[in-house]
Parts: sequence; structure tokens; C-alpha cells
Amino acid sequence: MPQIDDKAATRRLLDRFGFGPRPGELESLSQQGFAAACEQVLAQRPDGTPLPDLGAEPPQAGKKASTAERKQRQKTLRSQQTAAAQWWLDRMAGTASALPERLTWFWHGHFATSVQKVHSARLMLHQNQTLRGLGGGDFGALAKAMIVDPAMLLWLDGQQNKVGAANENLAREFMELFTLGVGHYSETDVREAARALTGWLVNRDAMTAELVAKRHDSGSKTVLGITGDLDAGGFVDIVLNRPDSPRFVASRLWFRLVSATPPSADALGRLVAGYGPQRSIGGLLRAVLAEPAFRDPATTLVKQPVEWAVGLMRALAVQPSKLPVTQLEAGLRGLGQVPFEPPSVGGWPAAQSWLTTSAGLARLHLAQLIAAHADVSHITSTAAAGQALGVDTWSQRSTAALADLKGAELVAMAACTPEYVVSQ
Amino acid sequence: MKISRRGFILASGVVGAGALAAGATQVDWTDLIAAATRDPRSPDAGVLVVCTLYGGNDGLNTVIPAADAAYQKARPDLAYQPHEVLDLGDGLGLNPGMKGLKKLWDDKRLAVVRGVGYPKPDHSHFRSMAIWQTASPDSPQPTGWLGRWLDVTGDDPLRAVSIEPVLPPLMAGQRAAGATLPVTGLKLPNGAVGKAFELLGQPQAGESADRARVARSIADLHTTATKLGPAVKPSSGNKGQLAAQLDVVAGLVEAGVPTRAYSVSLGGFDTHADEKGTQQRLLTELDQALSAFVDRVRGKKVVVLVYSEFGRRVGANASDGTDHGTAGPVFVIGDNVNGGFYGEQPSLTDLDNGDLKESTDFRDVYATMLRDVLGADPAQVLAGHTTTLSGLLA
Repeated sequence: MPQIDDKAATRRLLDRFGFGPRPGELESLSQQGFAAACEQVLAQRPDGTPLPDLGAEPPQAGKKASTAERKQRQKTLRSQQTAAAQWWLDRMAGTASALPERLTWFWHGHFATSVQKVHSARLMLHQNQTLRGLGGGDFGALAKAMIVDPAMLLWLDGQQNKVGAANENLAREFMELFTLGVGHYSETDVREAARALTGWLVNRDAMTAELVAKRHDSGSKTVLGITGDLDAGGFVDIVLNRPDSPRFVASRLWFRLVSATPPSADALGRLVAGYGPQRSIGGLLRAVLAEPAFRDPATTLVKQPVEWAVGLMRALAVQPSKLPVTQLEAGLRGLGQVPFEPPSVGGWPAAQSWLTTSAGLARLHLAQLIAAHADVSHITSTAAAGQALGVDTWSQRSTAALADLKGAELVAMAACTPEYVVSQ
Repeated sequence: MKISRRGFILASGVVGAGALAAGATQVDWTDLIAAATRDPRSPDAGVLVVCTLYGGNDGLNTVIPAADAAYQKARPDLAYQPHEVLDLGDGLGLNPGMKGLKKLWDDKRLAVVRGVGYPKPDHSHFRSMAIWQTASPDSPQPTGWLGRWLDVTGDDPLRAVSIEPVLPPLMAGQRAAGATLPVTGLKLPNGAVGKAFELLGQPQAGESADRARVARSIADLHTTATKLGPAVKPSSGNKGQLAAQLDVVAGLVEAGVPTRAYSVSLGGFDTHADEKGTQQRLLTELDQALSAFVDRVRGKKVVVLVYSEFGRRVGANASDGTDHGTAGPVFVIGDNVNGGFYGEQPSLTDLDNGDLKESTDFRDVYATMLRDVLGADPAQVLAGHTTTLSGLLA
């Protein structure tokens, strides 16, 4: 297997374990070699950026609420949601500690929860902070936090799930999409697991969830062959102890950070060993970096729209919240990806499914918006555009395409080249 | 059961999430037109347009038993009155927003299949939609029903086209998958920027598959925008998303492309709260889009199938909406459709835990479409299911 050199590997590291380099970042990080760069990135911890103050949760519209009251509530929710997305994009684009943000972004797509049903930007941010805090540690702790996360409970009807009237939504998706994969449990397991998850209620104002004893089914349940008076934590333990679970978690992370081509059986075995009995996400990440495939030139990855846009803003030192917010949001929406709005509990599409014809035009428009708000005075040639965006060599095709452009037009078009849209 | 990554994504019910990544073909307009010239669809070959209503459309406020006391009692604030609905006979009437479909009914071109569902209904959107799109109520299935139709009848992706940004699972097969065509208005930049953008679509020898796909998508964009002409010009005025999708379908049918199955969709039907106004607005959009489309493709052997993942609860909830339910009506529209009612109207008093009991298996509808529109053997696609709705299609 051919291997890319240290500098190219470091660029890949910055792309896949972050959102691409800020100006000068690649040069400084690649000086001590790839191994040292890996250690430096793996040591990153979330920076201390405080959460934004979105204000209070707008009061629930009761049955007698007037249309005007409902509209006002919608408007407040909408502006809180925009503020939350702006805050997160700013953080992704500005942070020196990119790995924790990239992991937070990965877990957001994995435990995909949408504000469109949760109807609370505050709860989405609360979940976001949990993903950030636990996303680089023990997957067990993360899974246990998510199964009783207030936004998650609202999203997957956990509140409706009570003794005698079980709702299977959360139990099913938790096994199917979050921890095991389809086909590794039975319909009976789903029903029994739902009983284990009964009784949780969300307090929107306090942003908490609590187990209400009289709503909880305290009878005996059997999930995946294990019987007992199971609760949420007990259920998670059973699921994560299945051998299918580490393979599933490792494959999902590989799929989003490394390649749409699944790891070989041997490689998957090594990833699972890195994850280990501690269910260490850090150990899994370290194992990913040690894989020969990580340094294979063929291991390309189509950037998701948010990754592409944030990467461009990092490279050009543009702060997302300085852009006209409606245009930024429209741009991301046109590309099919707005933070906090995954299309379903299965998360966003991946790989080449982003490369639709209509996305090509939306991408150009967003690149033009970003470039228009950047200082591009130093980008006076195609080579300088490559330097700014981290593209070492332009293909003949792209060289020809960029030849007659200058300034912001040059930068915007450079961001739409196949060389930049795909992480090498 | 061995499940591939794509199988996982599909079976999860994630609409369109993975199929394209796993090898669906982004259709090239030139390919379509070339195919229309080389291998035009025979005028005798039927065309199926599948219209998915995402979110769970409230069937009882679509085909409405307005005079039924049980209906009025179950949802006093949501119920339509008998004088408001568009009478179909049999004690049922269409939602007042569906005037175009009423005309099609009077013209005997609209069939209403009542009480369509499947055994042991699931109330999860994702699961139930996956069941409908895979036609597999008993166990997760990695392929969609039209995807399997492609699988058993040859690999050409041009025979099934989705007019949506990503491919819905219903068109993803094991080997074959449908193609996608965008509906958005495509106004390309001009001048130096336009020239540069077009050049970016050039292929480059030795490039990785991902990069080559980026270039190809830009080239396709230019071909589509320049050659498709009026079929995908930006929707004028306040024409809705569905109408724009159906415009593209009509353009392709008129061009004689060999495509036999299309997928279009309309979302927003998950009306847990303040349902009445929202649903009527959506049904009006559906009605206008369908009526205009059916008029435009008259005489071309086109059949439209309209379904949703489930109906809703009989009783209203506490927020003037309805929660996830079960069986609902399915519409089948076209020149060669024998209009009228099919299937029994589910009882409003003999309920299953507050939900309607299904009277017609959804696979009966699919089997009918496969046999009578696509000319295929339903058993091969529907795991042996061969029951059809007799007389639905002429």
C-alpha cells in the first residue's frame, strides 16, 4: 500500500480530526513529523468557550393560545435556534482545539436529534455540551447520558413511554442506530427494552430529565437474553456488552472520519482492540491513526457541507457570525445540512450522496458569500489560492479553470474544485 | 441475516441516506435524452409515479366520514361537517382542499383504496416508512420495492428516476438503483466566473473516484441547466415543491425517456398539533399539483400512486392534532384507472387500541402496480405476494 508523506498525512489529520487548518497551522504542526502531530491532536480537550445565553424558554403555547401567541413563540424559538447554530459554527471555525469539536459534530450526526421536533434550542445546546464533554472519553458514559438526555427523550418519544403504554421508538433506535446495528436484536428485545426505558419525564425549563417511579415498569424484563428489573443504565450495559457493539461503533466512526469504504476485517479487529473493554473513544481514534489505510492516498473522503464550509472559513479566517445570517443559513440549507436539523434519527447522508448537481451550484453561492467577507488581498495567484486552502497542486483542469479569476472570485471558485471539495 | 452498510442505512428507514453513496447513479440528462432516442419508451409501456407523503397523513380528514357520529365524537374540534366535504358517496367525502381530485373522481380516473396498512402496525415514522418503502412488514429489508423491481428486470438505472435531492430507499435495489434528477432552478453564473465553473466539470485523468464525481456533478449541472430547458426552470410564482417535481416528470414523459417509475414527495404531514389548517393547506397543494400533472400527461399511460407511512389516531389529542395511527387511504390516479372505491372503510367503533384496523394489505396495491403498470411479476418483487386489487386498472 503506498503511503502519503508526513505533511500530506498531517493535512489529512487536520481535515479528518478537525475542520482543516487555520492559516499557518499545517506548517507549524507538520514540523515535528506526523507522529508528533497525532499526539498533539489526540491531546486536545474542549476549550473553555462558554455556552451562549439564549434567554428563557418561551412558554409553551397552551390549547387556548391565540395565533399571535403561537407565532411569537415560533419566532422566539427560531431566533434561539439561529443563535445556537451561529454559536456552534463560530466555535468550529475558530477553535484551536478542533478534535473535540469534530467529535461533537460526529456524535451529533450519530445520536442524530433535530430541533424541528425538540422545539428547543436550549435543549439542543444542552445535548451539544454533553456530547462535547463525553465525546472523547468512554462510549458507555456517553451512551448512558444520551439515553436520558432531555432533547433525545423528546425527539424519540421517551416521555410517552410509561408502564402499561410503552413507546418503542427510543429503545429501537438506540439499538438499531446508536449502538448495535440492525439485525443484532429481536422485536421482543425492542419491546422488553422499551419497558426498561419507561418513566422518564423532561423538565424543559430546568433542562433535566427525571425517572418518575410510578411511570416506570419495575417488572422483570429480558433483553438480549439477560433477565432482571432492568432500567436505562442496565439496558445500556447489556447492549454495549454485546460483541456486535464495538464493531458497530468503530465502523460508524470510520465511515465519517476516514472513508466510505468499510475497514477490512483485520483493520476492524485492530480498531475494536483500540476501543477495548474501557470503550475508549480516544483509544479508537488512536487505532484509526495507526491504520495503514489512514495514510493510503486512496483514502479520500467527501467533506460534508458543514465541514466544507467551516474548513473554508477557518482557512480564510472568517467568523461565521459575521456573515449575513439568513444567507449563511440558506447556503447550508441549499447544500442539505444545517446544524441541529438532521433529516432523521439516522443522521445525514454521506459520501458521494452530497455530490448532487443542485449542490454544485449551492456550493458556489456559499463560497462566494464566504470569500466576499474574507481578506483575500494576499491571494494574488492560483498558487496562493492553493496555499490558502491547503491544496498542494492543482490539476490541469483546475489550473485552467482558475486562470482568469482574481481576488474573491478566484478564492470562491478554488473552494469548488474537486481538489478542495474532497479531503485527500 | 447479513446486512451490508447500505442495508443498515436503508433498513433504518433513513430516507435516501445511503443508497446514492452505495452506488446509485446520478442521472445525466444527456444519457436520458440519448436513451429516449436510442431506446424510447414504448407508448404501450405504463409509467408509475409514486408520490410519498412524509409525516403520516391523517386519512380520516382526507377521505372523510363526515356524517358518521363516531367521527364527530372522536375529534369534535378537528372534524369537518358533512356540508363541507366533497361528496364521494358511501358516506365519504374528500377534504375541501381537494377540488381537483373531486373532478378526477367524477371523471372515474381516481381510485380510493380504503383502509390500507399492514399487520402489527408500527408507530415510528422511520420504521413505518421503511416498511412501506421496502414492502417488508415482518423484518428489516435492505432493498426498496422498486429497487427490487429494477434488480429482477435488468440493471439500467434510467428506468427509475427520483425527482428528489437524494434517492429514497424505495428505489434502491441490491444491484441496481434508481437515478436522481434535481428539481431546483439552475441559474448558472455567467462571464468569467461562469466559464471557470464550467471548466471545473472537466474530467481529469488519474483522479480519485470522489474527485471525479465532483467534476462529473458539475458537468451534469451544466448539461442539465442548458439542455433541460423548460422542464426544470425555476418554479414560477408560489408553485410548490411537489408541483415543480411533477413538472420535471411530465417533461421527461413527454420526451419519451425510457423511465418507467418516478418518485416524488411532499412532507409536513406530521400534524400532532393545530392540524386542521396545516393539513388542508398541504392537501390543497397536493391536489393542485396532481391535477395539473394528470391533465398534462393525459393519454400517456401514466398512473400516480399516493401514500403515506401511516394514518393518524381516530381521536384528536389534547393539542388539536392527532398522534401516529395506522391504516389510511391510498390514491391511484390515471386515465386507465377504473375510478371508485376499493377495500373496506375501517370501522370507527371497532378499533385496535384507538387505531383503525387495516382492511387492505399495502402489498396488494404494489402487486397491482407491478403487474398492471410495470408489467412485472409481483411475486419476484414482493416475496411471493401476488394478491392484487382486481379491476383497479383497465
